[in-house]
Order: sequence, then C-alpha cells, then structure tokens
Amino acid sequence: MKISVIITLKKEVLDPQGKIIQQTLDGMGFNNINEVRQGKYFEINTKENDPHKAKDQVEVMCKKLLANLVIEDYKIIDVQ
Amino acid sequence: MKSSVITFPGSNCDRDMDVALKKFGFKNKMVWHNDAELPKSDLVVLPGGFSYGDYLRCGSMASKTKIMKSVVNFANSGGIVMGICNGFQILVETGLVPGVLLRNKYLEFICKNVFVKIINNNNAFFKNIDIEVLEFHIAHNEGNYFCTNDQLKEIEDNEQIAINYCDKNGNTEEQFNPNGSIKNIAGIFNKQKNVLGMMPHPERMIDPFLSGEDGSLFFSNLINNLK
Repeated sequence: MKISVIITLKKEVLDPQGKIIQQTLDGMGFNNINEVRQGKYFEINTKENDPHKAKDQVEVMCKKLLANLVIEDYKIIDVQ
Repeated sequence: MKSSVITFPGSNCDRDMDVALKKFGFKNKMVWHNDAELPKSDLVVLPGGFSYGDYLRCGSMASKTKIMKSVVNFANSGGIVMGICNGFQILVETGLVPGVLLRNKYLEFICKNVFVKIINNNNAFFKNIDIEVLEFHIAHNEGNYFCTNDQLKEIEDNEQIAINYCDKNGNTEEQFNPNGSIKNIAGIFNKQKNVLGMMPHPERMIDPFLSGEDGSLFFSNLINNLK
C-alpha cells in the first residue's frame, strides 16, 4: 500500500520560509496572495495490505518521528 | 570526574568539546551513536554539529539512536546531561527538555559572539559563577526557541529558563535577541535541572588568544560543582 502524508506548521507558528516565498511571488507580480505556508510531503510504501492497519501504522510514525506535534500538524491524504 | 561526549554522524563540535573537558580536568570518553551502553559518567554531553545532515528536523534522527535510549535513562535517573547547539536540538526531540528550535527568524545562519544572562544558578551548571553575564559564541540556523503558551507558563513556573540573550550589561531587550527566540531564551533546563540544553557554545571560549575565557569559567566551575 502507498500512504501519502502532508505535514504543515501549525497556524500559530511563524513560517519564515512561507513568508519569503509569498514576498517573492508578490515581486513576480502575483499580488493577490494572502499567505503561503510551506510543508512536507511523504509517500510511504508499506508491505501492509490492510488499509486500516497501514493507516494506523503511519499515524504512529507521524506522532513518533515524522511530525513534531508541538509545532506541526499531520494529515494522511491518501491510502491506496 | 568522568565525562562522555556522544558522536553522531555529522557532529562537528565533538572534538572541541573533548578538548575543553580535558583542559579543565574531566576524563573524557568519546562514545559512538550506535553503541548501546553509556560508559560510567558524571556528565554526558551532546555536542554541536549537523547530526544526520539535519534531515527531517534538526536532531530528530539522532534522538532515536541506540545511545540516546541510554542517555535518556541516565538523565531520568538524575545524571547530568548537557546539549549544546545541535545537542540542544536533539534534547528537545527526545522530550528531555520542552519546546522546539525553529529556523532563525530572519532565515540567516548566525555565527557570532553573544552575551547571555544567567537566569537560574541554583543548579550544577551555573552554581557559584559569580558574574551574571557570560560571553559565548553561537553558530546556528535553527536556534529560534519556541514553545506553546502552556509550556511557557510551566517553564517559567518551574524556573526552567537557564540563560537569556542580552547585551554586555545584562539587558534582555528584544533587540539583543539574535534569532527570534521566545523571551530571548538561549538555554533551558528540564524540571529537575539536571539536563541543560543551550544554543551557545562554551567550548569555543576557552582560550584567551583565540576567543575568550568565559567558557573556561563555565567548565572549571562545572567540574567543581560535580565533585
């Protein structure tokens, strides 16, 4: 199975990289952008065939390693 | 007094720390990250550097290594542990000290001398240092200390702030904050005060010809406190 996860900074955490990207886009003429937030994307290919088990396992991975829950949120966006 | 410095792949201040510890009387051993057991130690140091190339998040990979299980056990049984720079990032990733270290506010790698004010000297690290302000060196890209409001309240209630960025007279206004850290925090303790994480490098201030001597003061005082 392949599980896709997105990790983003929590809303209340400053994202200086996102801010610079927004400023750069603004300089390029994209003047209508309110905010850019940068995140991370993971594709995890597992031997587990049961989608529920695979999802549960990835959730544990997110909590233990992939995300730091003090500053980041994770979202499993696809299981196939 | 016996000390251990842990070397992770990508650590680059481990030998500087070894030199500093030996200079002030510690019998130091270098310990490889893949070892499971910690040698008998009075002090364990997680050095600066770029462990695992700062992949995923600074310190996140190193915090899951074999040796860190032993370091966490050592710390939980009251052992003295100090994490400098990347070592501080590893400590927050293990959860031994609260919070996280974000990218510096202005996205710059900062490499310069800074002044820090000792906020809590009722612990093995700063007890008996009779001056309030020390000059140390910082060199980091992710030193912007952050924690939730609840955590901050807990940290303040438990007097866990160790040192704050300041000017040479000890003023801790925002303008003396190099990286955007909450409340100018440069270093914090765990609740029990036997674990210290800090961004500044005392081991870079042990030679008056090369840098300064406030690191000498720190290490000579530390070994006396541990005796």
